[in-house]
Formats: sequence, structure tokens, C-alpha cells
Amino acid sequence: MAETVNMPKLGFDMAEGTLVRWVKKEGETVNKGEVLAEIETDKATVEVESSASGVVRKLLVDEGAVVPVSTPIAVVGTADEKIEAPSAAAARPAPKAEPAAPQPVPVPAAAPVAVAGPVKASPLAKRIARESQVNLALIHGSGPGGRIVRRDIEGAFSQERRDAVAGGSPRPAAPARAFPSLADEAVAPSKLRLAIGRRMVESKTTVPHFYLTHEYNIAALLDLRRQYNAILAENEKLSVNDFIVKAVALTLRQFPNLNASLNGSSVLRHGSINIGIAVSVEGGLLTVVCRDADRKSLPELSAEVKAMAARVREGKVKPDDIEGSTFSISNLGMFDVENFAAIINPPEAGILAVGSAREVPVVENGAVKPGWRMKATISVDHRVSDGAEAAKFMQALAVYLEEPLRLIL
Amino acid sequence: MSRLTMREAISQAMWEEMERDPNVFIMGEEVGVWGGSYAVTKGFYDHFGGERVRDTPIAESAIVGAAIGSAMTGLRPIAELMTINFAFATMDHIVNEAAKLHYMFGGQFVLPMVIRAVTGGGRQLAATHSQTPDAIFAHFPGLKVVAPGTPEDAKGMMKAAIRSNDPVLFLEHATLYQVRGEVPDGDYVVPIGKSKVQRPGQHVTVVTYSKGLEISLKAADELAKEGIEAEVVDLRSLRPLDMDPVIESFKKTNRAVVVEEGWKSFGVGSEISSRIYEQAFDYVDAPVKRVAQKEVPLPYNRALEQSALPQVADVIAAVKEVL
Repeated sequence: MAETVNMPKLGFDMAEGTLVRWVKKEGETVNKGEVLAEIETDKATVEVESSASGVVRKLLVDEGAVVPVSTPIAVVGTADEKIEAPSAAAARPAPKAEPAAPQPVPVPAAAPVAVAGPVKASPLAKRIARESQVNLALIHGSGPGGRIVRRDIEGAFSQERRDAVAGGSPRPAAPARAFPSLADEAVAPSKLRLAIGRRMVESKTTVPHFYLTHEYNIAALLDLRRQYNAILAENEKLSVNDFIVKAVALTLRQFPNLNASLNGSSVLRHGSINIGIAVSVEGGLLTVVCRDADRKSLPELSAEVKAMAARVREGKVKPDDIEGSTFSISNLGMFDVENFAAIINPPEAGILAVGSAREVPVVENGAVKPGWRMKATISVDHRVSDGAEAAKFMQALAVYLEEPLRLIL
Repeated sequence: MSRLTMREAISQAMWEEMERDPNVFIMGEEVGVWGGSYAVTKGFYDHFGGERVRDTPIAESAIVGAAIGSAMTGLRPIAELMTINFAFATMDHIVNEAAKLHYMFGGQFVLPMVIRAVTGGGRQLAATHSQTPDAIFAHFPGLKVVAPGTPEDAKGMMKAAIRSNDPVLFLEHATLYQVRGEVPDGDYVVPIGKSKVQRPGQHVTVVTYSKGLEISLKAADELAKEGIEAEVVDLRSLRPLDMDPVIESFKKTNRAVVVEEGWKSFGVGSEISSRIYEQAFDYVDAPVKRVAQKEVPLPYNRALEQSALPQVADVIAAVKEVL
């Protein structure tokens, strides 16, 4: 009497498993307890043992299929008996699709991310798909063995455009315009623009960001800056940002985990504190690097950053000016920005986005009075750190920003 | 510019260097009175004399060993091996001494020596005299291995080899001696360790060197008739190996074929394709294809010999396969 082998339930929350590989082929003999197949659950790849002895008569699902728990996957019987194959209709091909729509839609069209695994595509095709958010599962491969190659993706692009033109509903007639508007202008992005784009896509798609905003009382800092600048020459005057760079650098000494990079599977805690400072340039931005910022005096730090920023804006940047930062700061305070969140500059673990110093009503001891406040938002790589650590960092930073004499002691 | 054969270009380079530097001398089997078994040193004996153009016994280990000793004492020997196949008789001197003495003696000695050797098959010299074992020698750090494919490069690289303070194995392909090409007039040097794009193209990158260059350029001409533009990158030296032009080209074409005359297994094509995967993985649109010699001892019979050696048609077929 033939017996069916079912998808086992390996854990209380397992609903389905992917049949990764058949160890036994149809026609092979198998003993009860022998490995029949390998399946992959949410957590691990495990071996499925045969629940019967005999000959593998029928494999009911293909390799790569996602199969609900308890669904028959194979029939084991004697070599010559007649078998009735149970239906394996419940299995569906990976990748997983939501079975919500009643129509037979095999793959959700909206999935934006390239599917690895069973989709055969060249590395170049995979990269282009990743960068342009094309779903490889929807593309027909024209290479050897159905491999998706570059031309298939490029073809998909132009197909998409044709579809968009053909399938769009007719537009309502536009009211006649008195004046013609300017023609659309196609602008080729600069190399810098492309580089920024690449890095930011990489960061936003691979780094799990989280954000924390903290408000700082910077009345004392502004006051100290005023006193400082009163005795400094015009070209030596300190910016608010210089104070922030120094404060962040000193705070990072206490938080080595945030002065770090994710290096493969390990976190590299940097021995030096090199602060990257975003500088806007024509058509983009660059990050200049103030090395050992925690060990430099404010005037020293300020002069160095000024010189680097000038070089960057003149296009005479040196590699040392822009390489080797371990934590970054982006300051849009001069543009009257209250608050914003920055994208992490990989492989760093964090970046601080600094808003404007603003005179705002503050409540002190039940009374409203004017005060100077500045908001800053830290973006942190969740693979490296957690909210509590980042929050403690923001609190520790307050010690330096709100008692700025510590910055010059 | 003059139009010279490869033989004339190599000969000129050595002649000019011997005129320039009295420390340069030649030794090898039949290099003197006879003028070299491939006639590269014809006339040298009469002009420079037996002291600087020395005929040796048929003993490769003596030739290379003496070259090493004289280089250590300050001379600049050019040792000729009649063919690279005889290098196996002096392998220890080449890979254990020439390639390592500078290192083993902590830099106290330099070895400004050149080992010239004829490489390659295609002249019906049968299995033991027709090998293209270039890759074997490129395996050893400490030894420079160069194999130019044009007369211009041959002359400039021979000069670079003679002036180099490191031991250089200079491989001359037997069937390229009669190839003609433009050679700049006057003294010039082609640096060792710089690959060169010999033919620009945008559809596929063909990486090759030495005899493979001739085959690849012919294949590229044929392919161009069908509208396929192959970019042919000539490695020129196997060690040091310059991958920059290869990677740059590959990032443009996303497809590559490596053409070499030696056997495929553990060969130049294996090395180049592996480096492409390491350095430009995200640009790979098709597996890199290797064109190489069939894995048999090279037959004597002409038809069989040619069928075992890589041909223009093989390169064309490989290019079409990766496109």
C-alpha cells in the first residue's frame, strides 16, 4: 500500500516550507528515516526523512516550490503497485505571492526588489535590476538556458514605456493655453551626482536606518562663540558647526560603538575619531574629513575645515580631505531648516543632521520665555546599534553643547 | 618609422643595447658563429667578437647558471635558450635561483639578466619541441615574463628587459619572427608590465598576447564585417600583469574571451577570467570564454597540429558564444 509523505511541521509557527532539493529521485529506494529531501523554513534548512520504506514512486512538487505544512510532497510504495497521486495543487512556486486576488496571478507585479535564487540572471543584469528596481521575476531571459542578460532588462524598459503609452487612458482635452510653456529639459547627471545617487541607493536599500531627534539649549554656546569671535581675526572666526564637530567628536569617545563601521559580519570600532562634514558644492556635495577632531582645539579645527571646504569648492580637493571619516555631520542650519534626517554615509554607523539655531518660546518653571534651541537628528545603522544607545549619545552630546566651556578645557 | 620583422626588431634592440653598454653580452647554443638557430644574432659574432657573443655547450643549466653568476657580478647577460622546452632542463636555475636570489640575499644582489627563449607550436616540431608553457613561468614571483606580439613592442620590451635589474624571461613565438610591423626609429623603451589596447571596440573584450594577438586581430577583422567590434587587449607581459586596461574594457563590453596558445587548464585564460570575476563581477553579462590549445601533446602531423592549436575560427566562435 503506497504511502504519501507530507511537508512536516517543524516548529509551532511554521506554515510552509520551500522544497530546496530532492535527495531521492523517482524510482530510487528509500528506507523509513532516510533523508528524502531538504527544505528551508523561515529559520533554517532542514532534512526531511521518509515516513515510509519502499520505492520513491512520485515526487509531487518541484524543487524551489513553497509548500504549506501537511501537503503531500511524495509517494512511496512498492516498485509495481498502482498509485493514485494526491493533488499537490497547494504548492506554488517561489517567490511567495499573496493569494489574495482570485485571478491566477503567479507573481505580484508590484514587488520592486530583484529576486535572487531561482531567477537566472547575469551579475550585470542583477545589478541593473537592483539599481533600477526592476523585478527580474517578470523578465524573460534570452541568454543561454533562459538567463536574463543586460539586453533583456533594457528591452523591459522600452517595453514599459510602450505599455505606458499604449495603455494610458485618453487624457481630457487640456484647456488652450495663452502662452506656450518651456520645453522639458533633459539634463545628464554629473559624475558626482551619479556617485551620490549610487551611494545613497546603497545606503537606503541596505542599511536599516533609525532616527532620533533631540533639542539642545545652545544659548551658552552662542554666547561663548560671540566672546570667542570678538577676539579672533575675521578669517579665523568660529562657526556654530565648528563647536558641533568638536562636541560630537568628544562625545564619540564615550560611544566607540557609534564611531564604527560594519565590516562584513563584524563591527570595526575605529581608533581615531575622524568627523566627516558635508560640504555642498555645485551639483552635489562632498564630505570633508576632520581627522582626530576630538584632539584638536577649536581654532585649529575651524581653520582646517575652512581650508578643506575651500579646496572642495575650488575643485582642488585632495584624497585625504574626503577619505577616512568615521562619523558624519550634515548641517543645514544656515538655511533655516528646523530639523531633518540624513542618510548614513556607508560604511559608517551614524550621521548627525543639524538644524538651525532658533529663538523660540520655551517653558521654564511654568513660565514661557524666549530661549535659543537647536534640533539635531541622528541616523543610526540598526545593525550596529539600538535606540537606547543612540538616545544616550544624544544626551551625552547635550553636556558639551549646553556647557560649551567643556569644549575648550 | 621603419617596417621591420619581429626578428629584425629583436635583433636591433640587442645590437643597440650592446653598442650602448659594454656589460651586455650574449651566450647560448649556436648564437655566435652560426648566428642563432632562428638567425636573431646573425652578424653579432663578427661585429662584437667571441668575447661578447659566446657559443656554449648544449647544456642549458650551464647557460642559465653562468648567466646568473655573471649577472650577480655586474654584467648584463642575455642567455638564449634554443626553445623554451629546454628550459625544463634548467628549471632549478630559473625558478629557484634567478627568481629568488635578490630576495634570498636581502637585496644585496640584483640580477640584470635576460633569458630569451623561443616558445610556441605550429612548425611541426612535435610534442616535446612545440610547447607554449608561458603560464608556468608566470607562476613564480621574482621572475618577469614578457611575450610581445608586435615588432614595435618586441624591440621596446627587449630594451626594457636588458635595462631591467630583475631577471626577465623574454618569450619569442616561433611563428611570429617573419611578422612585419611599424617600428619607431631611434632609441625607445616599452615598459614591462603595461597591457595595451591593440584594437578598440565596444562589443566584446578579447584578451590575449604573443601569437594569440595575431589570431585575435584577424578574428576581429572578420567579426567587424558582421558589425561586431572586438576590443583586443594585449597583455604583453604575464608578470607583472597589468589588468587595468582589461577591466576598463570589460566594464564597457561586459563580455570577454581570453585567447592563448597554451593549454587551457591552469593557464593564462584561467587567471585572467578569474581576475575579471574578482574585479568586475557586477559587470559580468556572460561567462568569460577561454580559447586555448586542445589538451593533448601537440601532434607532429600538420593537419592534426593545426586542429589542436587555437585558430581564428575558434576565436570567432567564442566571441559569438558570449555575445
